[in-house]
Amino acid sequence: MPSYVTRHKPRQKYSWVGSPLLNRKLHLQTYKELCVRGEADSTEMLIQVGQCVLIEGDSDEEPYVAKLTELFEDDYKPHSKKRARVQWFVRFSEIHPSKQHLLGRKPEAQEIFWYDHPSCDSIVSVETIIGTVQVVALALDESPPAQLKHKGFFVRMSWDTKKFWPLSAELLAELGRRGDSPKSQNPVQAQTKTAESPAWTTSEHAVGRIESSHSASKSRQAAARPATPGARKRLELAGLLKTPNTRKARQTSCAASASLGIAKRKMASSTASSPSKRSSPDEAREDKSSSECRMVLRARIPVTSTTEMSLGITLTPSRRAQRPSVTPSINLTPENIKKRETKEPEAHTEEVSTPHRSQRKSSLLTLNRIKQQLRYLDCKENDEKEEEFVPGAGDSGSSSEEEEEGDVSTSSLPRKSRRRQDKNLQTATQPSLQTPSKTPKKTPKPRAPRHATPQIRSRSLAAQEPATVLEEARLRLHVSVVPESLPCREQEFQDIYSFVESKLLDGTGGCMYISGVPGTGKTATVHEVIRCLQQAAQTKDVPPFQYVEVNGMKLTEPHQVYVQILQKLTGQKATASHASELLAKQFCSGQAPWEATVLLVDELDLLWTHKQDVLYSLFDWPTHKEARLVVLTIANTMDLPERIMMNRVSSRLGLTRMCFQPYTHSQLKQILVSRLRHLKAFEDDAIQLVSRKVAALSGDARRCLDICRRATEICELSRQKDGTQGPVTVAHLMAAVDEMSSSSYITAIRNSSVLEQGFLRAILAEFRQSGLEEATFQQIYNQHVALCRMEGLPYPTMSETMAVCSRLGSCRLLLVEPSRNDVLLRVRLNVSQDDVLYALKEE
Amino acid sequence: ASIYSYTPNYSPYFCQVQRILRERFCHSTHGELFGVQVQYKHLIELLKRTAIHGESNSVLIIGPRGSGKTMLINHALKELMEIEVSENVLQVHLNGLLHINDKIALKEITRQLYLENVVGDKVFGSFAENLSFLLEALKKGDRTHSCPVIFVLDEFDLFAHHKNQTLLYNLFDISQSAQTPLAVIGLTCRLDILELLEKRVKSRFSHRQIHLMNSFGFPQFIKIFKEQLSLPAEFPDKVFAEKWNENVQCLSEDRSVHEVLQKHFNVNKNLRSLHMLLMVALSRITVSRPYLTSADLMEAHQLCSMDSKANIVHGLSVLEICLIIAMKHLNDIYEEEPFNFQMVYNEFQKFVQRKAHSVYNFEKPVVMKAFEHLQQLELIKPMERTSVNSQKEYQLMKLLLDNTQIMNALQKYPNCPTDVRQWATSSLSWL
Repeated sequence: MPSYVTRHKPRQKYSWVGSPLLNRKLHLQTYKELCVRGEADSTEMLIQVGQCVLIEGDSDEEPYVAKLTELFEDDYKPHSKKRARVQWFVRFSEIHPSKQHLLGRKPEAQEIFWYDHPSCDSIVSVETIIGTVQVVALALDESPPAQLKHKGFFVRMSWDTKKFWPLSAELLAELGRRGDSPKSQNPVQAQTKTAESPAWTTSEHAVGRIESSHSASKSRQAAARPATPGARKRLELAGLLKTPNTRKARQTSCAASASLGIAKRKMASSTASSPSKRSSPDEAREDKSSSECRMVLRARIPVTSTTEMSLGITLTPSRRAQRPSVTPSINLTPENIKKRETKEPEAHTEEVSTPHRSQRKSSLLTLNRIKQQLRYLDCKENDEKEEEFVPGAGDSGSSSEEEEEGDVSTSSLPRKSRRRQDKNLQTATQPSLQTPSKTPKKTPKPRAPRHATPQIRSRSLAAQEPATVLEEARLRLHVSVVPESLPCREQEFQDIYSFVESKLLDGTGGCMYISGVPGTGKTATVHEVIRCLQQAAQTKDVPPFQYVEVNGMKLTEPHQVYVQILQKLTGQKATASHASELLAKQFCSGQAPWEATVLLVDELDLLWTHKQDVLYSLFDWPTHKEARLVVLTIANTMDLPERIMMNRVSSRLGLTRMCFQPYTHSQLKQILVSRLRHLKAFEDDAIQLVSRKVAALSGDARRCLDICRRATEICELSRQKDGTQGPVTVAHLMAAVDEMSSSSYITAIRNSSVLEQGFLRAILAEFRQSGLEEATFQQIYNQHVALCRMEGLPYPTMSETMAVCSRLGSCRLLLVEPSRNDVLLRVRLNVSQDDVLYALKEE
Repeated sequence: ASIYSYTPNYSPYFCQVQRILRERFCHSTHGELFGVQVQYKHLIELLKRTAIHGESNSVLIIGPRGSGKTMLINHALKELMEIEVSENVLQVHLNGLLHINDKIALKEITRQLYLENVVGDKVFGSFAENLSFLLEALKKGDRTHSCPVIFVLDEFDLFAHHKNQTLLYNLFDISQSAQTPLAVIGLTCRLDILELLEKRVKSRFSHRQIHLMNSFGFPQFIKIFKEQLSLPAEFPDKVFAEKWNENVQCLSEDRSVHEVLQKHFNVNKNLRSLHMLLMVALSRITVSRPYLTSADLMEAHQLCSMDSKANIVHGLSVLEICLIIAMKHLNDIYEEEPFNFQMVYNEFQKFVQRKAHSVYNFEKPVVMKAFEHLQQLELIKPMERTSVNSQKEYQLMKLLLDNTQIMNALQKYPNCPTDVRQWATSSLSWL
């Protein structure tokens, strides 16, 4: 139903309200207010600079929240010239999962965070704005106001991608100032703006909190909008901004809050002193402003209870008013543009109902003047900022509908990936942001999108859930299904857990080396340990820590390990040598800005280099007291440290070693039984058989599971054939074992042609004659001819025999030299002579 | 007579017959499957489970060249696309001969998946970036929500030679962990493929193998022969198609045809060589003689099984033949030891002085030229690389012809002087 609604969303028209303020340097025209007018119904929605808005994001349930800081016209964009600059907020779910624990508590449902990150894109197309929303700023100790209900949000802390900070005094004041506006007295102060009503003067509503208040039905609709799947992102990357040097901004915002404070005192009759007078921001955060906020909230009760709409905040761009990589830039092909223009349904226009304009003119005027001043300063600053900013001319844009299109139409090349954006995925996208691109915007040649999101598109049909017992068993037996706890590895788990836990508790560092043949659960056990420790960290049983995992096999080159570690720790991107320097500095000099770190290095042997510098530094970091780094290394061979490492490296690795023994048959059986719990899919004998077979062979649990999985398939096949019902039997398992472990040489020989078999015979004869295991082709050919003569057969030509020889060589029954040696090439058997004899005799 | 009465209005159909059959012989990967029902069932079930249930899998299809590996996977994918909405499965096709290292392979994967770092048709960024991007993309998926990806790795064994087998490790690792569902299908002709995999890679591979071994007998071969030559029912001229098929039926029962096919079958079982044979035979039919005969097939077989070196020898001059005979004698005397030009020349001189009646005693440079020509034809091969300093006369050579080959070639050599022939057969008697 919701998708239906959004697909047929009425087209909407965006227009500026008021006269533009010209920004001469960039030929930008800035505006104070935006009017969204639906075409179907003549409703209008007014959105003002300073209000908080919902912006279409990748998740329909959770649109992005941001505060509008500027509206302007950008002529460089071909199709959507109306742009908005915003200050982002992040939801808890948008924070990178590995960093979420830094909050140290459970986030509350409507809690969002002031996004304080220097290098993030803060320009969006106005068409992506869904509507306004209420955001309340709170001090740390305040509880969220009850009247927020399910619509608004509250901010308590800011997030700078590394840490959560309490809101600074200025911020609180800025956000809180919203409450002191005249609206706090006249909360529902919306204005009808019918088509014939005259345009507003900017001065009026620059300050006036224009809020659309709606009829009950309308507002419900508005509230439901963000949840509709059609609310797709329509963000556009305009370019990137450097961290603004914001001394001025801060000053002005202080000034603003100071003067606002005065105004506030008048209106809200609070006893708060102005923020500028506060000596320490901490104090401010704690007391005054928060009380103001609370007051404001109380005053706002009627608003929120009657309307769910839009509470604007006036705020000058704060220090780091940008956010990372929200918008992947996407090639906009002409048809996409067209689509956008024709198809894109725009935000619902809301009917603006009765005006509640009863503001005190005097306060309005004061605020207005302040705002003008701020706006002026703001513009000046923007001038500076936007000199570096490159509007990504044609190649940025978004095509939210293309996926819909792909579903419906049979386009020749279906888009393979969903254009998505993910704010919290800084790892892949952010780094490119840090280098401001200086390329002139005139070059429309294709460039790699700087904000590409790694993502495979999602499936269109739902994955089928297992229907039968066998299917269920197969699903559970898949290696990818990691059980809650790993059976038979309790001791190892305990050892690793206590090792890491003790290091964390002591605040020291250390290394551990874990070895074992493949498929013995090394990585799975460590993952489980980390999972448990992370849970423990959440309940504050162990100090919080960061977890980083690298895999030698997933690197292109050993030194890339630095890049990956740095990226996962800080989100920065650097070259290998630079990353190594940074990490060494931070680990060794004791200025690690983060808490304890647990580093898992899988497939350690691949990090070996000639100088062993990678291994050395990995094991050297934990020895520094301040680093608080625990390194867990995994490799296959037990004696790896002795075999490949220099003394100084292996000595740093220390002697904390652990060896995972291959699973015994009883352990394998236990693993299978635990996976198949309450599922009568296998006969007990069958499980016994497979566990013994695999234990005798390798003790590889993966192998065991794979064989069982294949056995279920064979069982299913035989069920289809003769209609029997029953669990997997020994016979099925034997078939699977044979299929998966039998060598195919003998069948290959049996199925080869007569001439090929004759050639093999000739090889055997030649070997026997010469007593060597190697012969030239010519010798074998002569032998072959002789054999044929003996049996009275026509003998083959040299060319045919040569073809036979190279065929047998290509499937590696024979080992042959390169064929340029022609008749002189030397031939060996790749199978034992007995096997060949056996295979040939059976005929 | 009935055939000739038909000829005048026949030529458009004639072209069509050739087109249809040639298409069939050349693009054999789209032909009909036969004798591999079990393997096909295994593969299609596996693919279906990946597509429908989102189960990750890996499998190797192993079989000698021309045994229908590509045909099998093509058929399976085609069927899968018919039952599944093609939107629900992504395919990545790689070939070890084209994607010779992981860097190229990664770019190709990214391009075929159309991930977001693809611009137009190109993928930018470094190897490390691309790898982490792709891994990140695949890692973010899960069984129930991500679109399954089917990787088809042709010439799988060549991927095993990539550095560290990074690509294979990662593909198999993803197929064994709760990430985007993958089906990794490797096609290879090497039976020892598992020994090529590194132990960690091997452990992550599911050890499913589908063997295609040309395990059919001669009766089936005849049936295939018939099927391959028959015209389809939708051929425009029904009368002609009927006649053609009748003729094919007759051929398949003909004794001499059986003989030819049996010979061919004994040498080579794979279908590609059968196609080659039929292609040669097909090119012999003309507008005036529009049906295949057993003679066509016999000639085609003769062409196919001809010894290439004997053919080269047929085109040599008498002097060159003499040199080859001299080399043969040297081989006999010195038991396959290498020889040089001077030895061959001496041997030739002896023959000319004592025995020859018809062979002119050429000067040494002329003989040298003939010797070099033989080297160019690769009938003789220097033992080591030619260096500038070494004298050409004394460079050690080996003969790349067998005695039987030489004798056979001489027998068919046009206008061979009798004394030369005698010299060849007489071995040491002329001394």
